[in-house]
Amino acid sequence: MKLERTSHIISVLVENRSGVLARVSALFSRRGYNIEGLSVGPTQDPEISRITIVVSVEGHALDQVIQQLDKLINVIAIEEMHESSSVQIELLLVRVSVTSANQEKLLALVSEHGAKVAEMGPSSAIISLTDSSAKIESLISALNPFGILELTQSGLVAMRRTI
Amino acid sequence: MSDKNDKKINGATSLVRSLEHAGVDVMFGIPGGAILPAYDPLFDSSIRHILVRHEQGAGHAATGYAQATGRVGVCIATSGPGATNLVTPIADAQMDSVPMVAITGQVPSGAIGTDAFQEADIRGISMPITKHNYLVTNPADIPQAIAEAFHIAATGRPGVVLVDIAKDALTSETTFKWPTSISLPGYRDHSQPKQSDVDDAAALIVQSSRPVLYVGGGVIKANANRELLALAEASGIPVVTTLMARGAFPDSHPLHLGMPGMHGTVAAVTALQKSDLLITLGARFDDRVTGKLSTFAPGAKVIHADIDPAEIGKNRKADVAIVGDVRQTISLLLPALKAQYAKAHPDFTAWIKQVNSWRSTFPLGYDIPKDGALSPQYVIERLGKISGPDTIFTAGVGQHQMWASQFISYEKPRTWLNSGGLGTMGYAVPAAMGAKVGAPDTTVWAIDGDGCFQMTNQELVTCALNNIPIKVAVINNESLGMVRQWQTLFYNERYSNTDLHSKRIPDFTKLADAMGCIGLRCERPEDVDKTIEKAMSINDQPVVVDFGVFRDAMVWPMVAAGTSNDEIMVARELAPDWDSQEL
Repeated sequence: MKLERTSHIISVLVENRSGVLARVSALFSRRGYNIEGLSVGPTQDPEISRITIVVSVEGHALDQVIQQLDKLINVIAIEEMHESSSVQIELLLVRVSVTSANQEKLLALVSEHGAKVAEMGPSSAIISLTDSSAKIESLISALNPFGILELTQSGLVAMRRTI
Repeated sequence: MSDKNDKKINGATSLVRSLEHAGVDVMFGIPGGAILPAYDPLFDSSIRHILVRHEQGAGHAATGYAQATGRVGVCIATSGPGATNLVTPIADAQMDSVPMVAITGQVPSGAIGTDAFQEADIRGISMPITKHNYLVTNPADIPQAIAEAFHIAATGRPGVVLVDIAKDALTSETTFKWPTSISLPGYRDHSQPKQSDVDDAAALIVQSSRPVLYVGGGVIKANANRELLALAEASGIPVVTTLMARGAFPDSHPLHLGMPGMHGTVAAVTALQKSDLLITLGARFDDRVTGKLSTFAPGAKVIHADIDPAEIGKNRKADVAIVGDVRQTISLLLPALKAQYAKAHPDFTAWIKQVNSWRSTFPLGYDIPKDGALSPQYVIERLGKISGPDTIFTAGVGQHQMWASQFISYEKPRTWLNSGGLGTMGYAVPAAMGAKVGAPDTTVWAIDGDGCFQMTNQELVTCALNNIPIKVAVINNESLGMVRQWQTLFYNERYSNTDLHSKRIPDFTKLADAMGCIGLRCERPEDVDKTIEKAMSINDQPVVVDFGVFRDAMVWPMVAAGTSNDEIMVARELAPDWDSQEL
């Protein structure tokens, strides 16, 4: 996803129970904040999941929503992830038009971006890339001339750096 | 009751046993299909179940019970409409931080999500209006859910927890095991204030010259009234009590300036505006208190003590934040302040003189109608005087509520119960019922409007049948009085849909009679005292007094919605004359 200048990445550790995602997302929606990216997945503890939310909210409003998140009984910990101090990765799947004429050019471009060919069909190919938002944006731009038929992208996941 | 029993029982029995273990002595509710299994073991339980006439009544009764006693109030309803009828009292209790547990039946787990008969996703519906909620589909989870529900409702900032239980979880076999510990990794205890924050607060107080103790409902929730009295007297700082805090500090105390806010006293509103330090205790800078937020108390630094960290800085930036139980906070603040005072005793003489002059120049008052009609404020004032400081008063929402907050002198906590946050018309009668159940030896008066009364008066049947002799004063101005007042002031006296004709229909005395209550009527000032005394003499039946009052009486002072507290009006088009009053 293209991160807005005002976007913040909030990483939330929650109890792995039904309804938790609804509680968390409702806190954003009731205030009219649109969630730009969301990913939910397991952690090293099967009882605990991590929700990573990308939201464009600033200052006081951001503090408020974090405070309100913290009040949810099923929320265990909240951490804001900063670009400089965390690894941030997302996943792209994109289907582009391809012909025998430009197939080689496509393969070269895929390799140059560190992406992978997930499927090579007679008239289209699925390309996958797991990388930062910027790298994903760059690949999408490069693929545009081929003709993008379908695109899907995951929410971002992040982990704090130790160095 | 044993804590552990391997005997096979059904989920319903486990639920009732769990409620007994949680210390429930009374609950308010109505059975229906999905919750029906629970009503069978309840029949044999020590828990008193009061069969109400509408689930909204059950919810407000649980709230009234909780506010009067400080214990967790409990209501119970069936799935679908039973549960949705609880939505208003749940939202009401949550807004006013009232500890309440609501139990609802749900359709069998296999039918959830199929639009089954009487199915409503009450967990989803109640998510934004509860502190927490549960959907239980496995009978083995019932004791844990109930134990957690009561713990969450009663601790920290109190609130509502709903436990929705699928019918098959109630009918299936299980064993009962009451949990010996509760593990909620995401539920943090914020009750212990930090000494360093308290010391910072004490340092700010001694540097101030115009401090005010801005006291909210949290002081009553934390049972901190004695500590507050000691703090006020030791510090010599004047006190204002919000609508939710009336009774937290004696009205008769010389340091008490009254209620701040939209219909607060000139002294309380102005003291906050002119203050240089707000010592905020269990209050939340509600818009009805602050008026236009950007102009609220512009010269004041803020000490904000609250058990809910999310309240700190929510509406107003705090210079010193103290997160903790307000009783513990005051208990730490008092010695810290005394130590500071020993070094340098601040002089608040000029400030006290100033606030006292506001109080004596702009006392609460009202005009007596010229045509001999009954003044609603007079009726309410006499109710307070005659029934005395031990009486519990509940109110609906509107003009009568504001007059009841202004013209009754509250001396003790938990004697004034009302719907402050949500502003729920119809709160008074069922809340009075719950309060009377919790405090059976105390006189309980519901001061209600004729509009509010017609929303929930069916619970008088419940009161009459269950020996709950509450007293109801209907302040009958035959209109939705507060809305009418706004129409008078802001809509060119165009009274669109506020005329209820309630002096004609219904006949409240006949209605009272039909519901097994004594109905009295009073329309002349000279009859007020003897009518109240008559009502006070009846203790074996609920009493309803229809006070036919002057319909054009208005609530003053008033800070119009969205305007600054500096624009307080003491009467229509009459702002206080500040020329001789500036500090």
